[in-house]
Amino acid sequence: MSAHDPAELAAARPDFAAIAAWIPEGASVLDLGCGDGSLLRHLKETRKVRGYGVEISDENIVACIRNGVNVIQGDLDSGLSGFETLAFDYVILSQTLQATRHTEALVREILRVGSAGIVSFPNFGHWKARLNVLRGHMPVSEELPYQWYDTPNVHLCTLHDFEDFCTKCQVQILERRVMTDGIEVNLLPNLLGSMAVYRFKRAG
Amino acid sequence: MNTSVGIVYAQRAIFDTPLTFRSGAVLPRYELVYETYGTLNADKSNAILVCHALSGHHHVAGHYADAPENVGWWDNMIGPGRPVDTDKFFVIGLNNLGGCHGSTGPSSINPETGKPYGASFPVVTVEDWVESQARLADLLGITQFAAVMGGSLGGMQAMQWSLSHPERVRHVLAIATAPHLTAENIAFNDVARNAILTDPDFHGGDFYQHGVVPTRGLRLARMLGHITYLSDDAMADKFGRSLRAGKLGYNYGIEFEIESYLRYQGDKFAAYFDANTYLLMTKALDYFDPAREFKGSLDKAFAVSRADFLVLSFTTDWRFSPDRSREIVQTLLHNHLNVSYAEIASTHGHDSFLMEHEHYHEVMRVYLDRIAKEFSA
Repeated sequence: MSAHDPAELAAARPDFAAIAAWIPEGASVLDLGCGDGSLLRHLKETRKVRGYGVEISDENIVACIRNGVNVIQGDLDSGLSGFETLAFDYVILSQTLQATRHTEALVREILRVGSAGIVSFPNFGHWKARLNVLRGHMPVSEELPYQWYDTPNVHLCTLHDFEDFCTKCQVQILERRVMTDGIEVNLLPNLLGSMAVYRFKRAG
Repeated sequence: MNTSVGIVYAQRAIFDTPLTFRSGAVLPRYELVYETYGTLNADKSNAILVCHALSGHHHVAGHYADAPENVGWWDNMIGPGRPVDTDKFFVIGLNNLGGCHGSTGPSSINPETGKPYGASFPVVTVEDWVESQARLADLLGITQFAAVMGGSLGGMQAMQWSLSHPERVRHVLAIATAPHLTAENIAFNDVARNAILTDPDFHGGDFYQHGVVPTRGLRLARMLGHITYLSDDAMADKFGRSLRAGKLGYNYGIEFEIESYLRYQGDKFAAYFDANTYLLMTKALDYFDPAREFKGSLDKAFAVSRADFLVLSFTTDWRFSPDRSREIVQTLLHNHLNVSYAEIASTHGHDSFLMEHEHYHEVMRVYLDRIAKEFSA
């Protein structure tokens, strides 16, 4: 998206509004896998955050700089060793969790570097995904636009899977929002929600 | 449009206020040669200072009317429509104090003795350079630079600007540089210096009076340096094991293409570069260490900095590796400063920062466009 139109942005990335609603004004934010920097720019403009992004792709580095946000080129799978413990109020992993290789280690790192974490991911338990599998095919949808052979998504999960994972990793979920086409889903979220956003912290 | 700035000319600034060096030495009077490209805007907010590395000088872009082949060393980066767009920015390049391209240096005549300074020229540090550059900025009426930029030793000066004069620089572009040299890096410099110091024609630095030049030492120093500026891959690609004669000669002459290339580079360099300047530049590299005054804490050293940073490194640069740039980035993060960092995939080793490279130039262009918007808005 070249133009930074808030309405267009909200339609394209419904998780952005949910994330922005959780971020207090002036917070420090680290956005892992920040893409073209749209979320950081949104948070900078609407929440006046002090933000940094981490991105691996050359193309996205250029896009982030063009968007006027701080970006640091690096590979999430080699950890966050460059970041100090509790350096940020929030560490965000927006639509990136499913594409990380060392997911468990990364979630631990998120809660080392940040006081709290926010993740959003496509729900593999959504009925359309289930229907695809029942019909004998890997799901392909707006949230999961890739074919099985070219997908960067190596760790897809359902809401139940993620919540079990949090329990196992001593991660306390603070809030959850589930959406389909940008509209909040409250009934049978693991079946009817295509996308989920979680806010969490270390348990205990 | 993407063109050269065209015909340029060098200017000379004379400073009569004594400059006290970090070492305690005092230079009562000195001159700096410089070039400028583009136009300084009305509120003087569009100036960019380009700091040079070890063998660089003030001729950064364009060419001279009487020497069209003498193109500036960063011409591919600076010009109308180029990443450092001279239609938007006023760009200054200078020859550092202690240099051998026209600014006062060891080969200049000391007015007190009527002889070249030679060994008596003070050891210059990065901090001293920044002070002399600040005086040039004063002379040009520039109170704050839109950006100070440089690669390698030039990057160190750019960073030092934000430490010595935090209020005078809005952006620092630190390219292929480091917060200080490693022991290995100092070691390379020491071998290079030893080649010069032990050359019988060096005469303790006062070779000018003897009518000789320590060519052998300078040539060796450059050959060694040149190896470290390239990458193994680049050398393998360019030269491999190619033999000039196509077969082994069973002697100690120049047989492999790489030997021929290095000697050519060494000879070319020794023909124009001053041996004392080489010593002085490498020493400035070795001494640069902002953390030193803060018990080794780079974070504390950068606490005064107010600039926004663009930090760039190159994947095959082993003399100033990406890890060293990441150290800078971490310090900037710890100080809550704005920073963007890109690691450019390039095969040319340390020399990459001088090369034309699409992605590298795109990153520079986009960042500099952002800077330009700040003063044109």
